[in-house]
Amino acid sequence: MAGGGLEELAKIKSFDELLGIASTYPREIVLRGRIERGLIEEISRVKKEPDWMRRLRLRALELFEKLPTPKWVIGLDEIDLEEIAYYVKPLADRVESWDDLPQWIKDYYKKLGLPEIEARFLSGINTVFDSETVLHRVKEELRSKGVVMIPLEEALRKYPEFVKEYFGRVFPMSDHKFAALHYALWSGGVFVYVPPSVRVEQPIEAFFFVGSELEGQFEHTLIVMGEGSSLHFIEGCSAPMFKKYSFHDGMVELYVHRGAELKFTTVQNWSRNIVNFNNKRAIIEENGYVEWLEASIGSKLTYTYPTSILKGRGARTRNINVAISNGPFIKDTGGKAIHLAPNTHSILVSKSISSNRGLTVYRGLVRITRGAIGSTSHVQCDSLILDNTGKAYTYPRNEVEEPEAEVTHEATTGRLGEDQLFYLQSRGLSEGEAKSLIVLGFIRDVLQGLPLEYVSVLSKVIELEFSEYGGVG
Amino acid sequence: MPLQVRDLVVRIRGLGKVVVDGVNLEVGKGEIVALMGPNGSGKSSLAYTIMGHPRYEVVSGDIVVDGESIVGLSPEERSLKGLFLGFQNPVEVEGVKLSNLIIASYNKRIGERDLLKTSNPRIIVEINKYASILGLRRELLYRDVNVGFSGGERKRSEMLQALILNPRYVILDEPDSGLDVDGVKVIANAIETLRSRNTGVLLITHYTRILRYVKPSRVYVMVNGRIVEKGGYELAEKIDREGYSVYQ
Ligand SMILES: Nc1ncnc2c1ncn2[C@@H]1O[C@H](COP(=O)(O)OP(=O)(O)OP(=O)(O)O)[C@@H](O)[C@H]1O
Ligand SMILES: [Mg+2]
Repeated sequence: MAGGGLEELAKIKSFDELLGIASTYPREIVLRGRIERGLIEEISRVKKEPDWMRRLRLRALELFEKLPTPKWVIGLDEIDLEEIAYYVKPLADRVESWDDLPQWIKDYYKKLGLPEIEARFLSGINTVFDSETVLHRVKEELRSKGVVMIPLEEALRKYPEFVKEYFGRVFPMSDHKFAALHYALWSGGVFVYVPPSVRVEQPIEAFFFVGSELEGQFEHTLIVMGEGSSLHFIEGCSAPMFKKYSFHDGMVELYVHRGAELKFTTVQNWSRNIVNFNNKRAIIEENGYVEWLEASIGSKLTYTYPTSILKGRGARTRNINVAISNGPFIKDTGGKAIHLAPNTHSILVSKSISSNRGLTVYRGLVRITRGAIGSTSHVQCDSLILDNTGKAYTYPRNEVEEPEAEVTHEATTGRLGEDQLFYLQSRGLSEGEAKSLIVLGFIRDVLQGLPLEYVSVLSKVIELEFSEYGGVG
Repeated sequence: MPLQVRDLVVRIRGLGKVVVDGVNLEVGKGEIVALMGPNGSGKSSLAYTIMGHPRYEVVSGDIVVDGESIVGLSPEERSLKGLFLGFQNPVEVEGVKLSNLIIASYNKRIGERDLLKTSNPRIIVEINKYASILGLRRELLYRDVNVGFSGGERKRSEMLQALILNPRYVILDEPDSGLDVDGVKVIANAIETLRSRNTGVLLITHYTRILRYVKPSRVYVMVNGRIVEKGGYELAEKIDREGYSVYQ
């Protein structure tokens, strides 16, 4: 393929045009059918995993069958869980170099500029295509500092005791029906361990790609931060256009030991046919820090509420949620902070943008348990509605059991008026350009701290979202 | 070739109220034409209509720029054809910095697709130069458009945009209202700069003060949506003395 990369990305008119309609490609294993014991056993068998993991999956299956569909799940009716392929292994071996990937995978990645981003800004990358890791690259910085970054399946074999200690311990499978489903079906994803005091300079990225319709992707990310370590981890995701939908039910578990700092950034740009569940949770020990930046741009339906459990004294978190619903799509997103120790601090910021019949829902939870003296939380919800048809709802919830703690809350709603739009258009900007300028300005302050390259890719994504060619399409 | 308004009838969409009722006027290249009239006579409505505001519906008549009708065009197309409207009451646009708006509008004109890219550093120099000529504090360039701007600052910002974008025709809707004495002079000079670049200027105003500086070649008087009189600069002076009561 000629070109590709960031330069190319700057010229395209829409993401739909970029990735086009899904093409067929060779698939080595496809498992579909009813979600029942036989299917789970089969997945476990083809993955050649230890028996404790097989049993964990079966426990999760039982829970999935027992648990009710959560009340907050709206608009899922059209998903027929029996139609979906739950495990798809593309015909591609896991490789360490971009050049060794099959052409059809490489083409997608090049169009998205991944090899170039990796070469310039990352210390490691793991890419999951359908259900399996197809590329895993670790650069010298990680090796020399003793950072462990390996596909999670490999970690199960290499460090079983270590993985057992954390896997499923941060995000319990009993949390809700789709968390249970995730554990029953999980496949693909990366395990990262940063040893104590190690500071990783360049980010690590995980990239998820769903190649066909009626597919489920259930990757699992597990990161353990040793005392006083630091890391920036970035997640990206994408898919071409399908006729029907596909289903994503991924999970992120972060364990941050004393004094460690972890930034976790997600740029979610699924195509319009993806129903997207994200289950993200961090446990933060004494004086540790986690910063979530969750940018939900694509997909048909997204549910994501990154959660920080402030377990140790002085633990802190910042949770930034950006959600864009441009078109008949739903973003049901938010953040949660659970304060379990004294002097813990959280900041939750939500910026939602809706237009063209789009709906954004913010659901937040701040819980300060008894004894979490001196803890503070600030919640800020800003909604921007770009026309008469966009809708934004916010449901912040506070449960404060400790009298010597403080929760503050601010909310704003802005609507782009006809006169403002006309003003910008009278300067020669199209409606889409005007909207993307306003949206970029609206989220400007929360993008600070993100590497410039990502800001520019994200800006481009937003610009395309509101361009005449992109977005609603 | 000029900017021509021909037998234009305009009503407010949805309300049916006619606000421009058979107007004819013309602005040539490099010409300054004044439009005066009492409050509520339809001057701003005419300006909005020329720029293509969706709330103003052209019932009949035509608006022609250099021989080409623009009635069917969107506001951005009209802008790119060289029309510019300096608003009487520019709105606040949160999220868009003034400097970014100017750069984006400029990029649109030179065909640069990355709207916020400053591919030509001269544009920054130009913006700073004209901001300083207009007495617009540089800090305002990095604030959101019109947010927290004083009345005078808004007028200066409108003028700055006109000077940078270099339109073929500008409609300036009361660029002198609410300005201090020095401000009026600065705006008058800017109008003169535009004229010297061969831009046609339709200047809507209530005051002869600015007209004394810029000396329009024609003065139109609009009352109740109609042009009721047309003359030279002396017509403005007559209105200054006698008001509009003779027309009502
Ligand atoms: N969008 C609108 N909705 C309802 N009425 C309108 C609208 N725009 C203009 N009008 C009415 O049309 C008439 C003309 O208004 P316009 O703003 O054009 O007057 P003007 O000549 O610019 O007045 P001024 O000198 O006070 O600026 C007024 O009666 C005004 O109330
Ligand atoms: Mg007016």
